[in-house]
Amino acid sequence: MKSSIRFSIKFIIGLLLLFAIFIIAMIFGAAETSLQDVWNALFSNLKNDQINILREIRFPREIGAVVVGAALAVSGAIMQGITRNPLADPGLLGLTSGANAALAVTLAFFPMVNYFGITIACFIGAAIGAIMVFSIGAMKKGGFSPLRIVLAGAAVSAFLYAIADGVGIYFKISKNVNMWTAGGLIGTNWSQLSIIIPFVCIGTLIALLLSRQLTILSLNEEVAVGLGQKTTLIKTILFIVIILLAGASVALVGNMAFIGLMVPHIVRAIVGTDYRAIIPMSVIAGAILMLVADTLGRTINIPFETPVAAIIAIMGLPFFLLVVRKGGGAFQ
Amino acid sequence: MVRLYTDDLSIGYGERLIVKDLSVQIPDQQITTIIGPNGCGKSTLLKAITRIISHQSGSIVLDGKSVTKENTKQLAKKMAILPQTPESAAGLTVGELVSYGRFPYQTGFGRLTTKDYEVIDWALQVTGTLDFKYFPVDALSGGQRQRVWIAMALAQETEIIFLDEPTTYLDMAHQLEVLELLQKLNKEEKRTIVMVLHDLNQAARFADNIIALKAGQIVKAGSCEEVISKEVLRDVFQIDAEIGVDPRTKKPMCITYNLLKGE
Repeated sequence: MKSSIRFSIKFIIGLLLLFAIFIIAMIFGAAETSLQDVWNALFSNLKNDQINILREIRFPREIGAVVVGAALAVSGAIMQGITRNPLADPGLLGLTSGANAALAVTLAFFPMVNYFGITIACFIGAAIGAIMVFSIGAMKKGGFSPLRIVLAGAAVSAFLYAIADGVGIYFKISKNVNMWTAGGLIGTNWSQLSIIIPFVCIGTLIALLLSRQLTILSLNEEVAVGLGQKTTLIKTILFIVIILLAGASVALVGNMAFIGLMVPHIVRAIVGTDYRAIIPMSVIAGAILMLVADTLGRTINIPFETPVAAIIAIMGLPFFLLVVRKGGGAFQ
Repeated sequence: MVRLYTDDLSIGYGERLIVKDLSVQIPDQQITTIIGPNGCGKSTLLKAITRIISHQSGSIVLDGKSVTKENTKQLAKKMAILPQTPESAAGLTVGELVSYGRFPYQTGFGRLTTKDYEVIDWALQVTGTLDFKYFPVDALSGGQRQRVWIAMALAQETEIIFLDEPTTYLDMAHQLEVLELLQKLNKEEKRTIVMVLHDLNQAARFADNIIALKAGQIVKAGSCEEVISKEVLRDVFQIDAEIGVDPRTKKPMCITYNLLKGE
């Protein structure tokens, strides 16, 4: 099929671009490092200060950027497909705020919790947040209108952020909570990655396996049933995937809106509306966007960090407005 | 022998029943249309038979097996459904959309086989949309788009096709075009067609059987001559109708009508 060849070419170009940007992201930063250092850090056994910084600080951080970017982009793509809502995004639909609130509560009641515990808490929180938004959105007859879901998402998110803040203040752990939720990729280490990466890989793999089902679901639910899809089962599995991906992202970087919203729209413009192409391309595009944002965050104001969330938000806002104005392109 | 029938079927949301104790047979290889006033349960009945919505009691039987117990993918090889005004599939080409009709026959990641491509081209050919194969669906007119959706249902290769108001939003010529296509499929391909229609004269002209519904119950089911009658229309639509014979098709037609007054 011609289109699958064209997709392969786009995918390979995307991969090469991702690799190039990854190398660039590795070179630039507060500590001066050269391409030679990066090469040695990745492919040799040599040791010196530069190489150690690269191996223990910058490398895990950029891997973290790739993983989180991919996870958020894929979860956004799935959400937009299931809800047929161009504004769906883990940040807008209560998952991020739910995970945040769960994080604060966990830190308050189990201060000694390990990273695995935090990750699990984020999954549970993301699930609760999403369930709240969807049940409020579905309360009125007529199901999920895009607008009602976004309104419910805004209200629930505000509520859950308030809980996170309240818990932080009451238990005097605000600083600790903030370190998690607003810290971005700062301090990402290998042991965190070893917990997060399996979840993201499993989630992405399931998303890929169900991508054709998702395309059919995104057409129209009645059509999907008529074509013999077990829609309830598929939606349930995809919902779990979204929670894994969004929850893992929050556990690693805290709040990160707009990636899940933006990337699928960009990807659709490149590869069309088939989720068999959208999902893998979202992995790459999400990773690239996050790498670029993080590299900017580390370099615009050396030696100070500019929060990645702020950079993404600055890039995301005009985009959000564009989606609203165009009515979501592929969804019209 | 009738392959598809319902037995004491009741459908509703919560306490409110929309269809009550409805038993009806769908004759094989014929065109059946369902008529009735707004909110009488036409679409609901169609959705329940095609397992899009669940029913509260009674049964729907296809080939001796309950539709709700049958594997949904197997069922999709036996019956196709075209819902009322599906959202436009933005970004998809006509060929891609029609290829989704092959979904029930695919496993896993869904590579199309030679057989699939043949069926897709055949479906496009029959519906007269082969020329648009590589066009985006949203670039087509309403009538063309409807034919593409019908092509997708055809690519499912089912003996039974359900359509919920397939002529909505189309002008007269395009309505006729869609209905003639369905008639051709029925005559040449022996497909059983079940559809909801609003226009009584179109129903009478194209159907072999008509089911007239009112408040979730059958008022009359039978041939066009039996159903398109002064009495039935009075009961179903509360209209006083003048019934004549279409000079071209010799089918009954409602020539003019008034609302019933003072009842």
